[in-house]
Amino acid sequence: MALAKRPTTDLTTQTPFQYEAAPEAVDHVRIAGSYDLFIGGRFVAPHSRKRFATVNPATEETLAQVAEADEVDVDHAVKAAANAFRSWSRLDPGRRARYIFRLSRLIQERARELAVVETMDGGKPIKESRDVDIPLAAAHFFYYAGWADKLEWAVPNRRLRPLGVAGQVIPWNFPLLMLAWKVAPALATGNTVVLKPAETTPLTAMLFAEICQQAELPPGVVNVVTGAGQTGSMVVGHPEVRKVAFTGSTEVGKLIRRQVAGRGKRLTLELGGKAANIVFEDAPLDQAVEGVVNGIYFNQGHVCCAGSRLLVQESILEPLLQKLKVRLGTLRVGDPLDKNTDVGAINSKQQLEKIEGLVESGIEEGAEVYQPPCELPARGYWFRPTLFTGVAQSHRIAREEIFGPVLSVLSFRTPEEAVEKANNTPYGLSAGVWTDKGSRILWMAERMRAGVVWANTYNRFDPTSPFGGYKESGFGREGGLHGLLPYLDVD
Amino acid sequence: MATAVTLAHLGSLMRGVRTVDQVGAEERAASLSKRSIKRSSKLWALDLAIRCMDLTTLEGADTPGKVAALCSKAIRPQPGDASIPSVAAVCLYPSLVAEATRHLRGSGVRVASVATAFPSGQSFLDVKVAEARQAVAAGADEVDMVIDRGAFLSGDYQKVYDEIGAVKEACEPAHLKVILETGELGTYDNVRRASILAMAAGADFIKTSTGKVQPAATLPVSLVMMESIRDFHHETGRLVGFKPAGGIRTSKVAIAYLVMLWETLGAEWMTPERFRLGASSLLNDVLMQISKERSGSYQSDDYFTKD
Amino acid sequence: MAERLEVRKTYKLYMGGQFVRSESGRSYAAEGFNVPRASRKDLRDSVRAARAAFPGWSARTAMNRGQILYRIAEMLEGRRAQFLSLLGGGRPAGRQVDAAIATWVWYAGLTDKVAQLAGTVNPVAGPYFNFTIPEPTGVVGMVAPEEPPLLGLVARLAPALCGGNAVVALASEPLPLAALTLAEVLATGDLPPGVVNLLSGRRAELLPWLASHMDVNALDAGACTDPELAAVEEAAAGNLKRVVRQREVQPSPQAVTALMEFKTVWHPIGV
Repeated sequence: MALAKRPTTDLTTQTPFQYEAAPEAVDHVRIAGSYDLFIGGRFVAPHSRKRFATVNPATEETLAQVAEADEVDVDHAVKAAANAFRSWSRLDPGRRARYIFRLSRLIQERARELAVVETMDGGKPIKESRDVDIPLAAAHFFYYAGWADKLEWAVPNRRLRPLGVAGQVIPWNFPLLMLAWKVAPALATGNTVVLKPAETTPLTAMLFAEICQQAELPPGVVNVVTGAGQTGSMVVGHPEVRKVAFTGSTEVGKLIRRQVAGRGKRLTLELGGKAANIVFEDAPLDQAVEGVVNGIYFNQGHVCCAGSRLLVQESILEPLLQKLKVRLGTLRVGDPLDKNTDVGAINSKQQLEKIEGLVESGIEEGAEVYQPPCELPARGYWFRPTLFTGVAQSHRIAREEIFGPVLSVLSFRTPEEAVEKANNTPYGLSAGVWTDKGSRILWMAERMRAGVVWANTYNRFDPTSPFGGYKESGFGREGGLHGLLPYLDVD
Repeated sequence: MATAVTLAHLGSLMRGVRTVDQVGAEERAASLSKRSIKRSSKLWALDLAIRCMDLTTLEGADTPGKVAALCSKAIRPQPGDASIPSVAAVCLYPSLVAEATRHLRGSGVRVASVATAFPSGQSFLDVKVAEARQAVAAGADEVDMVIDRGAFLSGDYQKVYDEIGAVKEACEPAHLKVILETGELGTYDNVRRASILAMAAGADFIKTSTGKVQPAATLPVSLVMMESIRDFHHETGRLVGFKPAGGIRTSKVAIAYLVMLWETLGAEWMTPERFRLGASSLLNDVLMQISKERSGSYQSDDYFTKD
Repeated sequence: MAERLEVRKTYKLYMGGQFVRSESGRSYAAEGFNVPRASRKDLRDSVRAARAAFPGWSARTAMNRGQILYRIAEMLEGRRAQFLSLLGGGRPAGRQVDAAIATWVWYAGLTDKVAQLAGTVNPVAGPYFNFTIPEPTGVVGMVAPEEPPLLGLVARLAPALCGGNAVVALASEPLPLAALTLAEVLATGDLPPGVVNLLSGRRAELLPWLASHMDVNALDAGACTDPELAAVEEAAAGNLKRVVRQREVQPSPQAVTALMEFKTVWHPIGV
């Protein structure tokens, strides 16, 4: 279509649409220079006198100094929680509910601040912390608040008792959300908490401690002790901790299992995964591509249930890969605070090195690597969205959890083969199935040895929806009615 | 064109068109609409929005006077500000094409005429063909036809296909935009089917809506149509244009369409040759937003012409 | 007339639907008989049989599993006298056998209710249908308590089967005959081969292999001593098998779900 004699402007057609930087404002956020421990309702200096830095992975700048809890600090926290347990467990359940409702509301009120801090401390895109992490955390507290005075209907005809002090160790990929998944059901069921946030992302937990104060939560009901793995191990191992809840790697999960063996502690573990996202030839392809992208590049692939293995029916391998590569080219990698960023910073240098190592192994083992061209910032920890084709089941990248934005593509011919390949892993956290055929969805869902099956969608979360793994992905469920059970003794 | 592709089993081919998951498509559209387009990129997008605009009036009460005013606005949307480009075209009923052609001669702004028993499409084929032919004879550069939704929904894909082919032939060399009237198609699966049918039958553009049916253009419908265009291009090499129309009244929404276009179809479509925004009241909002970006102050209606 | 000479029975292990001697050829004396002393290889073969049986068994309809569990109750009822004498007769023996029969009947009627009691439809905040259902964990290892030798085993076995698991069970070490005789009940019911495997032998010898076996998904250690439990939990870390301590109380749905996983399925709702 020739457009004759159009008035010309300085803008020629077909220039790329360049999105100007759209950074989220940070002027409303106050990060203190240093954070104490939160024990017995107060911020207290650590007995250890030690502190460590928490770093913004997008800039490598230190955000704050955080206390490193030692044995004495952990003991204080557990004692405070044990003290608080006596009254908290006997508190009128309706009052318990109201405190938890308050926590939910306070998270909503401070949502923007929490989102910004989450992004600065962890490197995840602001659009995710703003639209996913923080709203879901608030929703989680709201959901469990409502359970607090309805427990006798959750498990009818049984006597229910809270367990006591729950020692909770959470990961760095969804810091506040994992806090909510742990703390909300524990409090609703009448337990008290000693929480150990991940050492690379402690800040929103410290803000949550402030929120506990603002909610006038009775002192000691929630305690936050920061530190590294050592501190976590002290929490888990403390004799007065009756319940241990851990989310993290399968490797550490096994260590904890061994550490608490024979100690009579109740244990739930939410661990790693190597989920298959299975696309059949009749799938709604464009939505499947979105699901695949969301499955592995959401939160830089730092997701235990990430769809890190793409199993594609061979008859549509070519068109799917073509679409996927085009889509990868539109992912915006960079400043996590930019509202248009799709893929943020890798959480830590250590994690970046792990991803690099595994990607290296994929190349060495003969898989073909694809990365869209994109510029990475000069400072900070970054990794391009990566896709491997020609992957065999025996490759490390098809077996080990990479926990990064790296997708391994395999093909299959029949539904049976898809099932066999999908289940051929020690993990069993999640699976994705894409097909337009209803009976096949149910057939596949039945056969997936995984705790969550997303059919024609992926990476959806909701407080009412139980989440947790089969096999080495851990045990116990978080979310929903089932999420109450790990925090209750049922007689 | 109708004979270029002989599809003995068009019905079964249509039913075999890949399905669309409603929830997934709507979520993707929603996520694209959250892009934050600020400052220079906003100005760039707003400029493009004007250059891609089909300034539209489709009222029973349209008169030569109304058309004259619209044409004047189309050529020079912001009097005294030469940096504001003309719109792509004016879009009106066939009986007003001659009037518009007279006003727009030499301006570069094109004349688009709706045709084929717009908006319902419920008439005889020879009437529709004749209407399109006359509109072109009267000076229309572009014809916006409607498909026969009744035929489509009853499964008579052949009829829809043949009609598009016949109108395409009748309106050469004018360009043909085929309106699917997605608000009447019921599902995204049908939107996708109709898109592919229209493109196969020879459409230069596919267009969402007449503006006379609710819902008119929506972002998810547009996403499904853009993805159909992308697939069609991948398979045939043909670049088919896209025109959302109806209900696009704010700059924010217009920018959302451009973002979707950019991230779904890419640079080759970021031009009035392959993208149009059909709108009657969008232009002033775009002008106000441009003024606001340039001046830093929020604007008042009183400073923008109402035509 | 000479007194009738009794035909004695050789007690055997029950593996993969077969009655076999220990591959080790060993036996030990218990309750006046030489009973097989299973080896770790017998245990390994039992796990293999259970794994092979699991897909078919777990895929049975809940109703069908209920029928089969009820059939076991019928078979046990028919051998009531045999078990009474095996358990030493008298009222305690009678109570134990009757409770064992009642347990099978109770769980037979529960198979098709577990999902209704423990499953949920979850009202997520979005256009998705979302439900959670219980599914069997897989291959379950279990240790029967020393006493009561029949009921102690049945109270664990029945809920495990009710949920659709396949089982490898260690019989009471000092009193293994009830378990080995129960195998005859199971074999004459309609239970598919390999769904239950019963081993007699030295618990101290077999338990570590069971606890560390990478293809055992869960272990009911309710009958373990505290030191045994600690060792079991430590060994279980290898593949993170679930360690449950089934309490010997009234039958309950919780006894079934303790050996089940929960699977949550999402699907969009749209046109």
